[in-house]
Amino acid sequence: MTEPAWTRKDLLGIGELSVAEIELILNTAESFAEVAERPVKKVPTLRGKTVVNLFFEPSTRTRVSFEIAAQRLSADVVNFTSAGSSQVKGETLADTAKNIASMAPDFVVVRHAHAGVPAMLARQLECGVVNAGDGAHEHPTQALLDATTIRLHKGRIAGLTVAMVGDIMHSRVVRSNILLLTRLGARVRVAGPRTMVPRGIETLGVEVHHELEPALAGADVVMMLRLQLERQSRTLLPSLSEYSRLFGLDAERMRLAKPDAIVLHPGPMNRGVEITSEVADGSQSVILEQVGQGVAVRMAALYLLAGTREARS
Amino acid sequence: MNLVAKATILDAAETARVLRRMAGEIVEAQRGVEGLIIVGIRSRGVPMAEAICTEIERLEGKRPPMGTLDITLYRDDLSLIAPKPVVRESHLPEDIEGKVLVLCDDVLYTGRTARAALDALVDFGRPRAIRLAVLVDRGWRELPIHADFVGRKVPTRANEVIKVSFEAIDGETSVQILERQAEG
Repeated sequence: MTEPAWTRKDLLGIGELSVAEIELILNTAESFAEVAERPVKKVPTLRGKTVVNLFFEPSTRTRVSFEIAAQRLSADVVNFTSAGSSQVKGETLADTAKNIASMAPDFVVVRHAHAGVPAMLARQLECGVVNAGDGAHEHPTQALLDATTIRLHKGRIAGLTVAMVGDIMHSRVVRSNILLLTRLGARVRVAGPRTMVPRGIETLGVEVHHELEPALAGADVVMMLRLQLERQSRTLLPSLSEYSRLFGLDAERMRLAKPDAIVLHPGPMNRGVEITSEVADGSQSVILEQVGQGVAVRMAALYLLAGTREARS
Repeated sequence: MNLVAKATILDAAETARVLRRMAGEIVEAQRGVEGLIIVGIRSRGVPMAEAICTEIERLEGKRPPMGTLDITLYRDDLSLIAPKPVVRESHLPEDIEGKVLVLCDDVLYTGRTARAALDALVDFGRPRAIRLAVLVDRGWRELPIHADFVGRKVPTRANEVIKVSFEAIDGETSVQILERQAEG
């Protein structure tokens, strides 16, 4: 049995990964989940390495998840967040990159409102770059943690029917998930109001629905998306209550899916909008498990990138 | 780099006999099975630990609990990740506090694997003692580490490789000595 070696310097998106690479990350993450159950939840693997969290967009959850992941591997973590960062003071991204490079970090974890920023930094920086969400482009670690959560419950990805519901247009979570799930052989359905489903998305190999019920029918996995109320979502909808009436997931609609179907949500949830509390807190919900899997997946990503980095030097 | 088989040191029957003797030495030293945990270091320390548990059960009428340890995350060389990136889970069957752990590994060479295993075990608790059992001690230590239970001492040259195979992983059980030859 020869395992595929990891040769990437950066983790920028699911789009660039082969099936073997995706499976390597998922398998590695599965082993890292065990570290969280130990009395000492820390291994010395990345001792003396520095991870810079560079978040140009606010995100407590993803940042904390990367922070815990890095610390469990014994790396040191430095946080740059948009509020205090120099971009507010007018610094260009290229200058920011040069400044970071001078501090000689081993990894930079980037979140930015514009697609392609992590890729640009990856070209400029010698250190490893992890995309923690760029515009509406990709959010690879989110798709990977969704996949480990699904595998944990279903034992596989291939052959499953996965329904993704909500703002398909502006969601990087959807893009990364479609790429990952179709690549691993799942049947993917997307559902949302016409204003929130981009034309031509079926070319990615997904079934498109503009009603919730047929998307849910017989699904193994239901992935509800966050309505981004602070961004574009409000202008694309007549009203929140109408959205909730047509696309909100409640216990009755959940019965359309398979009896053993699971419900995922990338968080933070708008309770009572896209999902009712009854479903979110119900027995089919694996939303909190996703958070735990997030740490394991991010540990796996940093670990694999560290191997490449060491091999290069 | 080519590996050429030079000699078979132990065949399946001889390996079984050696492990039987080691199992006897372990229970003799610990005066039985009480408080004993056998821990296999992945990969080939695991079938070795299983064989030792089976032999101890035959001798004492009671099977000691067995754990597995993956030491990948405790290695002192990150450049080993790229060629062999897979990390597997570690599992210890019970609280190791106050127990005597016997670490099993197929080959003792530089001692770095054993050092990493000691670091890993300390993160799981504080055992009363940790002993080391190896099927083959090939010399060339780089750290002050020695084995308490040794199957065979095999003096080797630097260009030689000890290849241990177990049926559960490799389809057959044997210990071979190979020689590294430069290509061309």
